[in-house]
Amino acid sequence: MNRLLRQIVMCGLSCITARAASAQQAPHYTAADVRFMQGMIGHHAQALVMTALIPERTTRADIRALGQRIEVSQKDEIKMMQQWLRDRGQSVPNPDAQHEHQMMNMPGMTTSDTLMPGMLTTDQLAELAKARGTDFEKLFLKDMIQHHEGALSMVATLLGTTGSGQEPEVFRFAAEVDTDQRAEIARMSALLDRLGNTASPPQP
Amino acid sequence: MLVALSAVLTRTASAQGDSAITSNDPRIGLHAGLENAGEAARNLVLIGHVDRPQNFGNPQNPADFGFLNADLAFMGNYVYQGGFNGFQIWDVSNPNSPKLRTSMVCPGGQGDLSVYKNLMFMSVEETRGRLDCGAQGVSDTVSAERFRGIRIFDMTDVDHPKQVADVQTCRGSHTHTLVTDPNDQANVYIYVSGTGPVRSGSELAGCARGASLSDTTTSLFRIDIIKVPVAAPQNARIVNSPRIFADSAGAIAGLWKGGAHGTGTQTTAQTNMCHDITVYTAMGLAAGACSGNGILLDIKDPANPKRIAAVIDPNFAYWHSATFNNEGTKVLFTDEWGGGMAPRCRATDKMTWGADAIFYRAGNNLNLAGYYKLPVAQTEQENCVAHNGSLIPIPGRDIMAQAWYQGGVSVFDFTDPSHPKEIAFFDRGPMDSTKLMLGGDWAAYWYNGHLYASEIDRGLDVLDLKPSDQLSQNEIDAAKLIHFDVFNPQNQPKLVWPASFVVARAYLDQLVRGNGIASARSTAIARDLNRAEKLKGASERAALNQLAARLDQDSRTAADPSRVEALAASVRDLAKR
Repeated sequence: MNRLLRQIVMCGLSCITARAASAQQAPHYTAADVRFMQGMIGHHAQALVMTALIPERTTRADIRALGQRIEVSQKDEIKMMQQWLRDRGQSVPNPDAQHEHQMMNMPGMTTSDTLMPGMLTTDQLAELAKARGTDFEKLFLKDMIQHHEGALSMVATLLGTTGSGQEPEVFRFAAEVDTDQRAEIARMSALLDRLGNTASPPQP
Repeated sequence: MLVALSAVLTRTASAQGDSAITSNDPRIGLHAGLENAGEAARNLVLIGHVDRPQNFGNPQNPADFGFLNADLAFMGNYVYQGGFNGFQIWDVSNPNSPKLRTSMVCPGGQGDLSVYKNLMFMSVEETRGRLDCGAQGVSDTVSAERFRGIRIFDMTDVDHPKQVADVQTCRGSHTHTLVTDPNDQANVYIYVSGTGPVRSGSELAGCARGASLSDTTTSLFRIDIIKVPVAAPQNARIVNSPRIFADSAGAIAGLWKGGAHGTGTQTTAQTNMCHDITVYTAMGLAAGACSGNGILLDIKDPANPKRIAAVIDPNFAYWHSATFNNEGTKVLFTDEWGGGMAPRCRATDKMTWGADAIFYRAGNNLNLAGYYKLPVAQTEQENCVAHNGSLIPIPGRDIMAQAWYQGGVSVFDFTDPSHPKEIAFFDRGPMDSTKLMLGGDWAAYWYNGHLYASEIDRGLDVLDLKPSDQLSQNEIDAAKLIHFDVFNPQNQPKLVWPASFVVARAYLDQLVRGNGIASARSTAIARDLNRAEKLKGASERAALNQLAARLDQDSRTAADPSRVEALAASVRDLAKR
């Protein structure tokens, strides 16, 4: 059907009259919705691992503020996702497990096959943990952009899965992740551009 | 013509208090419950209430997102209540007892409604929205059955709404604003604010998800404008998708890029959408609350709005909605920190965060004057932040009713925008004492003498304003003189009071309360008004003109000369009747 015409769909296709409102259920959540919530908890948990590295590695106020903002929003969202899963009797991942799992792994033992899109491998995390000053700042931004892009791809996968993202609460949450992380990527890219254009200050 | 970002922040702007009240307020400690929650009120009385229809809720989960009540519109004796599952039309001929006239399942959220003549417009944003209003959702990821955008209903037969057009948009419609054109009665416009994910270009041609700030094809960073021929709504279509956030060089992402403003500030969302736009067509102006900025638009040509001002605020997380005062000299913006789903009125939350910011407007300049936030602390179990409201038409004062989700309804005076003050409230206890269940008042609007509040889970409330030392019976009666045939709150009407002794006495009460005139004079003026009211014809006119002339003299020495002049003008209006 001509897409332009779709903007002015007229009577015939869509004309309806009010029925006596019947008790209809909103669309049910799907297995993909559950996987999205479970996977996003682990995904968000890694962002917290990354932001926890900031205080000892840079004094830049903008990076610190960025880290704090990410921390607050991801913690809130983890709580929300856990509640969503609990309310539906689904298994609720513990974000700390992700944390310990990756931090205890030796560098070189990548676990990328179990990671959600965009998540840093154990090697990448180790590299980030080793960096200091400007190197850290640039790497942090680069890694967090990769990490956030993974979240966008998780949303796209969800909305691209037949039957999913239909439950209103899942839709609202996916929409929020999409909006917030897009905006944060834009902000981090701009910050990275600025860092790239300045000479590295001397390291302590 | 674009005007450069005028981020003028007045450092001295103050809030009404540094911290929320945590004791000696009846709103503290109300017991929780869906239907039996504790209630507290001051200077407001709940006169009518009606629950959601049974099939508009999930008995297992009263806060089920699929069934939330949302915004209101008004026409004649009907209140139109939109929601995530469809809409209700309540007959409020007797406001003590709203009667359900029409109920229609038509899911898709948020379901915001506007009404105009025989037409009703409805916002749909979710991917489950269907052209046929079915509740089963749309499984396919690209589907001709999906509907996200503006539905248009013919309401000629109010019992049988008939969907006559559907205008699809890329991000769907989170909210919308009905815009009337004083110079064109044949058409109305809908400003569509889409905040959701951009859909695939294979579902709707031209939709593009590009998020880079330089991608000029992106469906972000714009609003959509639908032109609706009133006599042929089936021909409604998008006529413009203006890049109202563009900078003078034409970059489409010209306003706030998102982020913090420095140490200790709020983190503000990126300006790639408007959440709500309030139009004041009498002044050819619109105020847009656009995620990262508050903006002013010149809408004299409604299809081609031009941005004339933009402000930021380091205390704002998300610019959500806007209200003008009647003179258009002040604009109140709300900050929906936490998205409405979080408890943001706790004792620990700043009084300048999640609040209203009130700006003075002079031409294209906006200058911050102060903040208003619900003055009493709410619990962890109550989602609470500034939300939707409207002016209460009291002459001579800027008074507004506002919903604060589970913080209830607060009525406040922002005549002095640096020192806004609460004058009435209504509140219920939390939905649940152990956990936060999304609920509370979505919107509270004054319509033809009563306040109507849309309760997300509990239904519709009707409240009456009661006199107090801060508001006299004359002032309330003057507000009740304002009558609208139709009221869409985001299409703000100019208030013009008819000539009435009540209006004059409202001004006089204000002069007495504020010591705006010597007490000997206020007593004499009250006596003169009483005498004139008993007269008829020429002798009444003579008495009123004599009083007006005397009031002109008073204004030269009075402490509040402009209010004395307003009183004189209202007396002259009476003389001209």
